[in-house]
Amino acid sequence: MGNKIVAEQLNLYYGEKHALKDVSLDIVENKITAFIGPSGCGKSTFLKTLNRMNDYVNNVKVSGSVLLDDENIYDSRVDTTILRKKVGMVFQQPNPFPMSIYDNIAYGPRIHGIKNKKQLDIIVEKSLKAAALYDEVADRLHSSALGLSGGQQQRLCIARCLAVEPEVILLDEPTSALDPISTLKIEELLMELKKKYTIAIVTHNMQQASRIADFTAFFLVGEMVEYGKTKDIFSLPQDKRTEDYITGRFG
Amino acid sequence: MDRSLYEKKNRFIDTVLNIFIQLSTFISVVLLIIIIGYICYRGIPYFSLDYLVNTTSILKNTIGILPNIVNTIYMIVVTLLIACPIGIGGAIYLNEYATNKKFVTMISFTTEVLAGIPSIIYGLFGMLFFGGVLKLDYSILTGALTLSIMILPIISRNAQIALQAVPKSYREAALGMGSTKWYMIRTVLLPSAIPGILTGVILAMGRIVAESAALLFTAGSLAVLPKNIFGHLFSSGGTLTIQLYLEMAKAHYDQAFVIALILIVIVLCLNFVAKWISRKFDVNKRG
Amino acid sequence: MDKSMVSILSNRQTKSMVEKVAAIILTACAIVSVIAVISITVYMFISGTPALFQVGITDILFSSVWTPTAEVPSYGILYVILTSIIGVFFAICIAVPIGILTAINLAEIAKPKIRGVVKSAIELLAGIPSVVYGLLGILIINPFMYQLELIIFKDSSTHQFTGGSNLISAILVLAIMILPTLINITETALQTVPDHYRKSSLALGASQMQTIFKVVLPAAKNGIMSAIVLGVGRAIGEAMAILLVAGNSVNLPLPFSSVRFLTTAIVSEMSYASGTHRDVLFTIGLVLFVFIICMNLILTFILKGGKDDG
Repeated sequence: MGNKIVAEQLNLYYGEKHALKDVSLDIVENKITAFIGPSGCGKSTFLKTLNRMNDYVNNVKVSGSVLLDDENIYDSRVDTTILRKKVGMVFQQPNPFPMSIYDNIAYGPRIHGIKNKKQLDIIVEKSLKAAALYDEVADRLHSSALGLSGGQQQRLCIARCLAVEPEVILLDEPTSALDPISTLKIEELLMELKKKYTIAIVTHNMQQASRIADFTAFFLVGEMVEYGKTKDIFSLPQDKRTEDYITGRFG
Repeated sequence: MDRSLYEKKNRFIDTVLNIFIQLSTFISVVLLIIIIGYICYRGIPYFSLDYLVNTTSILKNTIGILPNIVNTIYMIVVTLLIACPIGIGGAIYLNEYATNKKFVTMISFTTEVLAGIPSIIYGLFGMLFFGGVLKLDYSILTGALTLSIMILPIISRNAQIALQAVPKSYREAALGMGSTKWYMIRTVLLPSAIPGILTGVILAMGRIVAESAALLFTAGSLAVLPKNIFGHLFSSGGTLTIQLYLEMAKAHYDQAFVIALILIVIVLCLNFVAKWISRKFDVNKRG
Repeated sequence: MDKSMVSILSNRQTKSMVEKVAAIILTACAIVSVIAVISITVYMFISGTPALFQVGITDILFSSVWTPTAEVPSYGILYVILTSIIGVFFAICIAVPIGILTAINLAEIAKPKIRGVVKSAIELLAGIPSVVYGLLGILIINPFMYQLELIIFKDSSTHQFTGGSNLISAILVLAIMILPTLINITETALQTVPDHYRKSSLALGASQMQTIFKVVLPAAKNGIMSAIVLGVGRAIGEAMAILLVAGNSVNLPLPFSSVRFLTTAIVSEMSYASGTHRDVLFTIGLVLFVFIICMNLILTFILKGGKDDG
């Protein structure tokens, strides 16, 4: 069991604003790591640094390093498309493309050069099954993805992410826009997926973190305050601020 | 599958597409540079103040476009006087009063249609209706009436956008204090929508200045100075653009280029003013 | 406490009068556009149909001989219609790729500074009067075409030399003139594509170009279609810019022939035409009007289709 991602001394600035301060954190392979903290604490920002989606924000500056299997993703030689193929991301709002369910899933593989129809069929089916969506949509693969319910759309987005065979999946509050039943389904799915993938999830729902995460990191105003096994963070927080947060005194 | 992040993928198609994209943009900009450059090159040497303040007359052996300048100003003022109240009033109705959805759809559809009708058709209609049926003949008024239908969509659409941008809270605040609807519109709504409305008016001025096909058969091409301020409305009058067309048709290219130069300067100024207004009054962007 | 004596019913009548009058006047203003469209339609048909019956529909629309001032006049406008269709088609073929690619650059790629410069340039292009385009067409494009003509038809004994006033020149002028319309509307359409489409595509490892061409463009296709339809409308209705550039004689629309469009046919003869000849010019106006209305209906159809999708 090794470290899949190692962030060292990561600093990030939005213009003048120091949004991440010296964050160092290891993400363990085939485990779920949760980032918690009040809004604006930098947990989502940190998640986005892991596949460089921050590149598209104006005026952003990053220092420090993030190693993915010992390669620094902020190295100037890095091809971000390969990085993002390895480190996939699922967003807060379910955001399927305005295409059919099939084309949504096939989008990634096609981008990466798979043209063969049979091969695509197999990938689509496999990804939908892995995202526990196949049975619900098998008979309407070629109808618009926008016709699905919110929970189904989010699982579709997870399936879309799986279709490019990533090694790491980043999820940015994936259930905050969903109802409790859909949330539960996604949580079960993540528990299943961690057998094959390394997962990092941002959540503002502490119960969710305690239910599914193996490790939890607590962020506060750009600092990573505490990081450890989820059990330990929730039962024996070392830092006073962590304790205050998880006992609901602020946030 | 286990590829290093450090080996950049070579995407030939992306590079080609990017080259085409940059090339297209380059073409669009270069076209403008060529157009402006050529007009300046041909127009500036023949430009003189005399040309601006004289009337073309064989008797006095003078050439000049003063009457055309005066006619253009007439055309702008009269057209806007007709079209602004109607366009803005219609926009207020659509935004504040209209409740019947079908009626609103019909008006928006007809506004779209008006925006799409080519100016030559307006010319034909103006000639038949204002010139023929209303017996106004070839006159500045015929031209102005024709153009006011033509610019109606520009004015009403911009006014509507401006009215939509006024926060709902303004309306509620005014009505909540006991103001009547029309009073609220007059004192709260219109003042806050004025920059947007003005932008539309300036765009419309640009269209009036640039128009030729719709005026050829309505306002005609006469170039004499007005003898009587109101009487001039009923006489034929060619704008600068019409004069440019006449010079061009007669192959008087030097004079055509001087007028083209003047027109370009006017268009440039109008664009600049429109931009200045929207920048200065754009509350959203400032915040 | 005099104030409390004021009845809340006071003044109601005068106030409501003002309110009512305002409402009526505003309604009237709104109806003007409806009345205008109806009267334009009615007048175009009233003035355009007599010649159709007088001369005969097939003799006007499907005959190619245009000799309105001959002793036995013939009023066939087939070549004129063909010229308009072919001219607009090729102008669109040239302008659409350039316009869409430029709009992509503005909306997706260019840095704010470059974007500002290009935007201003395009706004200015849109504002330049069409006669000025015509003037430049005559003095820049025509001489160039003449040189080409001299080279291509060096050995031809049948070719009628046009001095460069030909179909190609007109197509080029039209293409330039519709460019701003295409760019502006396409750019707006691209900007309304939600950002999360781009983000999720990039997060799947797509390059920027792949994202633009596989996700953003398809998502904006309704807007782009409207841009093209409006471009067609503008091109087909343009008169003054191509009047002299196209050479203005009625011919089969071949690249190096002097040709006449629907619009230029009206402009060039309206001033001296009379009787049936004049009526036929109005028929040409009607044909043009019907084209434009069809374009508008197509556009409405496209926009409606777009709404059903979302």
